[in-house]
Amino acid sequence: MIPPSILFINEISDIDKATQPLYFPDLNLDQVVDTITTRKNDYNLKPFFYTPIADLDLITYRQEVFGDLSDQKLLSGLKMFAESMIQVRRYLGLVEKLDYHYHKEGWYLEATLKYCQSVINLEKTLSQVNLTSRGFLSIHNYIQQYVNSIEFQSLYKEARAVKDDLVKIRYCILLQNGTVQVSHYSGEVDYGEEILKTFEKFKQGAVKDYRVELRESSGMNHVEAKILEFVARLNPLVFKELDNFCERYPQFIDSIIQRFDREVQFYISYLDFIADIQQRGYPFCFPKLTTDKEVFAEETFDLALAYHLLYQDNPLICNDFSLHGNERIIVVTGPNQGGKTTFARMFGQLHHLAKLGCPIPGRAAQLYLFDQIFTHFEREEKLRTLRGKLQDDLLRIHTILKQATPQSIFILNEIFSSTTLKDAIFLSERILSRISELDSLCVWVTFLDELSTFNEKVISMVSTVQPDNPLERTFKIIRKPADGLAYALSLAEKHRLSYKHILERIHP
Amino acid sequence: MKVFLLYPDRDFNPQAELPPQTEDLIQDLEFNNILSAMANGDKFLFNIAKQTIFTSLTDPAEIYYRQAVLQDCLNNPAVVRELYQIPIKSLENKQAQWLGIFSNYPGGILSSAVQFLEMLVGLLRELRQITDQHASKFRSAGFQRFFAMIAQELDDAYFAEVESHLSELRFRKGVLISAQLGMGNEGMNYILRRPKRQNDPWVLRLIGRKSPVYSYTIAPRDDHGARAIGALRDRGINLVANAVAQSADHVDNFLSTLRTELGFYIGCLNLAEQLKKSEEPITFPKVAPANEHIHSFVELSDVALSLLKQQKVIGNAVHAHSKDLIFITGANQGGKSTFLRSIGQAQLMMQCGMFVVAESFEANVCNGMFTHYRREEDSAMERGKLDEELSRMSAIVDELKPHSLVLFNESFAATNEREGSEIARQIINALLERKIKIFYVTHQYELANSFFKEKATNVLFLRAGRQIDGKRTFRLKVGKPLPTSYGLDVYKTIFGK
Repeated sequence: MIPPSILFINEISDIDKATQPLYFPDLNLDQVVDTITTRKNDYNLKPFFYTPIADLDLITYRQEVFGDLSDQKLLSGLKMFAESMIQVRRYLGLVEKLDYHYHKEGWYLEATLKYCQSVINLEKTLSQVNLTSRGFLSIHNYIQQYVNSIEFQSLYKEARAVKDDLVKIRYCILLQNGTVQVSHYSGEVDYGEEILKTFEKFKQGAVKDYRVELRESSGMNHVEAKILEFVARLNPLVFKELDNFCERYPQFIDSIIQRFDREVQFYISYLDFIADIQQRGYPFCFPKLTTDKEVFAEETFDLALAYHLLYQDNPLICNDFSLHGNERIIVVTGPNQGGKTTFARMFGQLHHLAKLGCPIPGRAAQLYLFDQIFTHFEREEKLRTLRGKLQDDLLRIHTILKQATPQSIFILNEIFSSTTLKDAIFLSERILSRISELDSLCVWVTFLDELSTFNEKVISMVSTVQPDNPLERTFKIIRKPADGLAYALSLAEKHRLSYKHILERIHP
Repeated sequence: MKVFLLYPDRDFNPQAELPPQTEDLIQDLEFNNILSAMANGDKFLFNIAKQTIFTSLTDPAEIYYRQAVLQDCLNNPAVVRELYQIPIKSLENKQAQWLGIFSNYPGGILSSAVQFLEMLVGLLRELRQITDQHASKFRSAGFQRFFAMIAQELDDAYFAEVESHLSELRFRKGVLISAQLGMGNEGMNYILRRPKRQNDPWVLRLIGRKSPVYSYTIAPRDDHGARAIGALRDRGINLVANAVAQSADHVDNFLSTLRTELGFYIGCLNLAEQLKKSEEPITFPKVAPANEHIHSFVELSDVALSLLKQQKVIGNAVHAHSKDLIFITGANQGGKSTFLRSIGQAQLMMQCGMFVVAESFEANVCNGMFTHYRREEDSAMERGKLDEELSRMSAIVDELKPHSLVLFNESFAATNEREGSEIARQIINALLERKIKIFYVTHQYELANSFFKEKATNVLFLRAGRQIDGKRTFRLKVGKPLPTSYGLDVYKTIFGK
């Protein structure tokens, strides 16, 4: 039997070697995962978000855990546990780096105290909530037994005793000509202010301020270490206790608790990320994953955009899509700035997130258990490549087509826009027919209306505007025939860039 | 004491705000390559070069002032680099012995402030020595004034005064501090204490009680230990160090101004040396006033590309007198972008007093240069592509004045060709009306051809070359727009068939 894990049923080897899928930047999933894992770098969560799961049972296992985590009490208890464990690791990290005996032991003692308190608190939290997921039940069972063990109980008691004695010590340091003398403190008076007055008259005008912000504590040099050594000699019994403690407990962190601490962050970090979006009333759901290509989603949205809009007043627009029967390819046309790119990104994001076991944006959804996602978005011209844009475009598409299978998903955005209209149509139709032959799912954003009626696998979706004001985008992407309107000139008007406007704006 | 090597009558302001289009210019013109060559790995030089280049001059007299100083530098590179070493040495010494290590230790600041002042005096003597030896070799107004000032105005009375103070300000008594053990057994709650005196009544009371004292003396060469003791002492002597160190700053400020202003010329020397290896020609531009629109040059090259390839690249020759609009059309990968970059680079280099990479070069100064290039999809997601382009164009229009220069690269192609052309046509016509000079790279045949048909005398058409076999050449020629960009060629090379 494998040890209880909140994230896996069977071990997945080399998960930590997972690298960011190539489609992440185009889908803005890099932003999403960066935001999710920001300030959680130490857990190294990215590999979990980089690795879609192929096993349907494991996807369900994770969906159950997400279910339990809707209990706020559980969630906040886990967060407190995580905070404490971060401090434990920081203290232990110090111990590794430090050079001096009692300094190391001092931090080791702090780490032990912190660890004991955090595990006890975690066990309390788990006992107080109603758990139903396979994942949490097995973890709780384990931690309960651990906390009640004799080993754990005596560890905690002894650590507290040593610390109490250390805190009571007081001592004095005399510094003179490279010599340090340490003795018991015996009531000498405060001398600082008298010294300050002596030097006050040498203050100059306003240049740089060289007064130093003196650190209270960070590390220890050999002089400080010597002082500590003398303090220990002045108080031999207390430090003997400390030595004994450290010898008896050469390590204390339980490996299964350690693993849990990291893995549960996958859930917590994702839930934190979507919490504010949910609070605004946007729905999330657990998608059904299928192996046929009939996919749909209702009231769904681009997760990166949703997060971005949290800090603005603009509303977030939800969209639907569905493919039936033989339909495979969504060609999206319509006015610029109408949400076409967002729609394409969303399609890819949903599929990736669904295969992580995460709740996804939308009221309801059925998504395809894909093998790979391929994206191609227009890129800036880079001198380094020493190649033209068009050649880049074609090279990349060529590579993608060689790797793709019928189970793959393509997301293509405004490719071939760096060449003439004729060339763009000619090249696009060739690529479209290759994807069509593969029978893959595809979303293709383009200003070429011609592609939307290419064959029976293609459906046309269009970004729409307000009927009474073509400058007002609705950000609704609707299934209907491409209508050829790009509204570009009205957009120029909006930016006051018509001939007349510019003459008004620039003075002769 | 003023340095005045960048302007005849004022200090250079290295913190001046750069024009809003600066980052776009750097990106679009691949200017980081040039700045990196100037910096030669030195971040400081990078920043100074950037600051100087993008606060463009518009007065031809000021441009020629710098050209003369730079010509002096090219004639006497060794002397100029020696001169530049003076503030550098100050910096290195400072980092090695003063602010770098001792910044956490007021005790260290106090004792090394004396050393620092001694070091500064030494450097000023070096500066005087260079002046005596080499001043006569310099012809420019800028350098002649600078050396004359050094010869007359050095005065070390200020340091003498500081030193007399310092001897009285040493902290001679031992420092007594009380403390407790905090987290990790680290000391905390340090409080400076007055040592007990023999006649304190409560000391007398304690006589006879044995209180152990442990003592440790650091080794004579244990610098680390000395600093550690200093750090503890610092609790009591923090403010003392402050006053002394500030005195040193006045002298130091002069040297750092020298470093800043010379830094620009050192950057130019670095670039010139790199280009020499590739056998690229350099020349000082002839500068025309803003209202005389001219671009006339031979073998003008893309400096960034040359630096990247580390060999001489193909340049272009254009003679555009009284042209306000220059269209560049033709094959993909035909050198259009390269050409446009070289125009932008040369303009910036000319207007900061630098040489340009050409056999000869003449152009008018412009009242601000702007680039409008296509960009990657806006990752902030607020806009569609065309909207984003228009929004950037609108921001440029806000800054435009007559005789500005705008470089367009494949602008307004994010929509279909017919509509994109119309948008571009309106913008171009309005800018021309306002005397703004334009270079416009496009593959949009409809756009370029509509201007060609008008046959206006202030418009010039250049075309990227293409040989009969479909291979590209990289030199532009005067030529009318043609209706295809040969996308099929590229498709065939990659997909076969």
